[in-house]
Amino acid sequence: MDVVALSRLQFGLTALYHFLFVPLTLGLAILLVIMEVVYVSTGRTIWRDMVKFWGVLFGINFVMGVATGITMEFQFGTNWAYYSHYVGDIFGAPLAIEGLMAFFLEATFVGMFFFGWDRLSKVQHLIVTVMVAVGTNLSALWILIANGWMQHPVGAKFSMATMSMQVSDFSAVLMNENAQDKFVHTVAAGYVVGSMFMLSISAMYLLMGKHRAIALRSMTVAASFGLASSLAVVSLGDASGFTIAHDQPMKMAAIEGMWQTEPAPASFNIVGLPDQATHVTRDAIHIPYALGLIATHSTSTPILGIDQLVQQNALRVASGAQAYGALESLRANPNDAAALSIFNAHEPDLGYGLLLKTIDPVVTDATPAQIQQAAWATVPPVATVFWSFRIMVGLGFYFIALFATLFYRACTRRLDTARWLLWLTAFSLPLPWIAAELGWTTAEVGRQPWTIDGVLPTALSVSSVPAMNVAISIAAFVIIYSALFVVEMFLMVRTIRKGPGQVHPAPIFITRSPIVPASQPAE
Amino acid sequence: MNTYEIFRLIWWAILGVLLIGLAVMDGFDLGAAMLSPIIGKTDSERRVVINTVGPVWEGNQVWLILGGGAIFAAWPMLYAVAFSGFYFAMLLLLMALILRPVGFKYRSKLQSTAWRNFWDAALFVGGLVPALVYGVAFGNVLQGVPFTFDNFLRISYTGTFLGLFNPFALLCGIISVSMLLMHGGAYVACKTEGEIRARAQCAADIAAICTIILFAMAGVWAAHINFYTVTSFAGTGAPSDMMAKTVSRTAGGLLANYKALPITLAVPAIAFISALFTLLLLRRARRPGLTFITSGLTVAAIIGTAGVSLFPFLLPSSSDPGASLIVWDSSSGLLTLQIMLVATIIFLPLILLYTSWIYYVLRGPVTVAHIESNDHSVY
Repeated sequence: MDVVALSRLQFGLTALYHFLFVPLTLGLAILLVIMEVVYVSTGRTIWRDMVKFWGVLFGINFVMGVATGITMEFQFGTNWAYYSHYVGDIFGAPLAIEGLMAFFLEATFVGMFFFGWDRLSKVQHLIVTVMVAVGTNLSALWILIANGWMQHPVGAKFSMATMSMQVSDFSAVLMNENAQDKFVHTVAAGYVVGSMFMLSISAMYLLMGKHRAIALRSMTVAASFGLASSLAVVSLGDASGFTIAHDQPMKMAAIEGMWQTEPAPASFNIVGLPDQATHVTRDAIHIPYALGLIATHSTSTPILGIDQLVQQNALRVASGAQAYGALESLRANPNDAAALSIFNAHEPDLGYGLLLKTIDPVVTDATPAQIQQAAWATVPPVATVFWSFRIMVGLGFYFIALFATLFYRACTRRLDTARWLLWLTAFSLPLPWIAAELGWTTAEVGRQPWTIDGVLPTALSVSSVPAMNVAISIAAFVIIYSALFVVEMFLMVRTIRKGPGQVHPAPIFITRSPIVPASQPAE
Repeated sequence: MNTYEIFRLIWWAILGVLLIGLAVMDGFDLGAAMLSPIIGKTDSERRVVINTVGPVWEGNQVWLILGGGAIFAAWPMLYAVAFSGFYFAMLLLLMALILRPVGFKYRSKLQSTAWRNFWDAALFVGGLVPALVYGVAFGNVLQGVPFTFDNFLRISYTGTFLGLFNPFALLCGIISVSMLLMHGGAYVACKTEGEIRARAQCAADIAAICTIILFAMAGVWAAHINFYTVTSFAGTGAPSDMMAKTVSRTAGGLLANYKALPITLAVPAIAFISALFTLLLLRRARRPGLTFITSGLTVAAIIGTAGVSLFPFLLPSSSDPGASLIVWDSSSGLLTLQIMLVATIIFLPLILLYTSWIYYVLRGPVTVAHIESNDHSVY
């Protein structure tokens, strides 16, 4: 494999790994706040015990998020040096502000969350927990502003003198619709992960007949929060679909496996087998009108298929090649007026010209066949995006159904009367992680072949380092991450087995379960 | 002075502040992590040392993340060249930094001695390697590293990993380790009592002596290093194009700034004086708080010395001096620097404020009795 493939592999592996821990941190942080608010407002110590117990699990997870997060920041510099210089002016700013505004907050207060129980008043400790939650969520905001800019690079302009993108309108970067949708969608997905984590572990306790008081309360909190979050994640995913159709039509077409433009309103392929070689999606089952509604929120706007988008892109590649040629002349002689006027005319397509670079290093003498090849390279791996998206969405609807059922049973105090439901909940534990990882895959594989959509191709973004360096560092990450994963899971399982420190008698006021004799004393 | 020039200078200063923040704040927990197996004779004593930094290391480590982010945003080319050039050094640093959080958090979760010994070793390595790598990196920056750019400013770096560990860079690495041991010892002495405090002071004492001697050696050596002088450049307010200048090599140039502006000699002088004060205070074994401040000042002044010696260079190129990164040609655009400064002015004081509150809440020593009676809630 070459340095591009290896760098992508490393980024994918480390990002997916990092993203195992981040959503749980996001979700549990808010759940801890909710439980601690109940403790502070009611004074019932069982809620403090809940915060402490789930807090231990939060801590084991949090530390892995921190450890693997540093890798992500470093990696831009080590493996994606050209990217770092080309867009650091814009992309670096949200990362730095994330550190200043968010990560300092969460990392400083997280220590107090664990060490502050004896030193702080109830309200002070609650404030600490709130700060951790605010920090984690703000952190996600800034990271997704950075990521949103990669998907939809607004508010920036290419500068010839510095050979980099320069920010021209920072508020456009902040208010990027792509970033806003993604932020809410992603944190809500984190809340679903956190809710499922609490629900599944609590369900296991109920199945084993242990820690009933804490398990029932935890389930009630997590079912309500999870239901709200799963509704949010799906509806905001829909908002995200609308934005993507608008800003990244190629990604939308790939998600849909739609090779040819369909007359409005387009139908939605619920399943099918996209074939990148023959440009068809075989054995598709359609829902009429659905895609048109999702993508354009109208019944009359057409949606372009991959073939048509590729033909549009071929024109941009040809135009980009001219921009590239003019840029070369201008780098040699900044006063070349003829080159400047060509460059100004074709500048928006420069990124498409750069796509040619891996096909024809000279770029400017590209043949029509090479231009076609570059244009077809703008199609992401359709089947990957198509299936990731469908499994994610399917899981999203499953979470709504499951959380709604649990919420209904929590309201009617029959959470632990149906063992099948508890088993189902327990076994659903890994599902939100799968959905989250597939969400990342849809968004980031769907962005290919670009690191910055339409601006900088992935193949050019890498560092000029030997492929062997990247291969060795992948090996190092695989070893240390696997070892840490084993250790982390071991400690998680051990903590869960041990359960909450104090065993509380099951209270009657939260359940009508026949398993609990009515004579059992309330606390 | 034009606006862009002022902002570039401000961001050069902020870069210094962040590196000093990293060394002073995260430095003491690197030092404490290295010291824990040395001055902690029993498991409980080691836990005392670890728990002096237990509640704060996580926040301290953010100085590194913030430093990285700020370099990315304000000096993108420095970020690109340093991180991709020092590839394996960065990987080594990263591995150590991954072990460290996990070590703190997981070490005391099991009673097993083998488990705890393993994580003690991991913590020691997690303290030593970053301290060493930071110093070695500075040592290389002070001599220049081999890189250049093509017409589209793509980097080509021709150095090797083992080449980073040249004698002068190793000396800088050892200075970094010893100054952080001194600083870590001073911190542990602040936060402990009796026997452990005495051992921490003893360790800091030895480290302070090493720091003074090695820093003096580095100064003498630096006088014999051929450094670089910018002979022409596009201007302090010109767009950042690293290839638009000429640079020549000069003998003894690493001390040129001190000759040109003798007042700057105050920076290394402060390093020596505060190190001597630290030593004096450690010998008297009194005023641990003041000792911590003077050792922090030493650390800050040593980093400041490197910064003053380099100016206006951020990263000189030894293979193609004209491609060196200097303050005037490797920053982000003016607008980014302005936005980032606003964010810094708002949030840095807030960070200092809530961090101080945390230290205030956590005031007072960590004791063996405290560890043993809170077996489950502490590290």
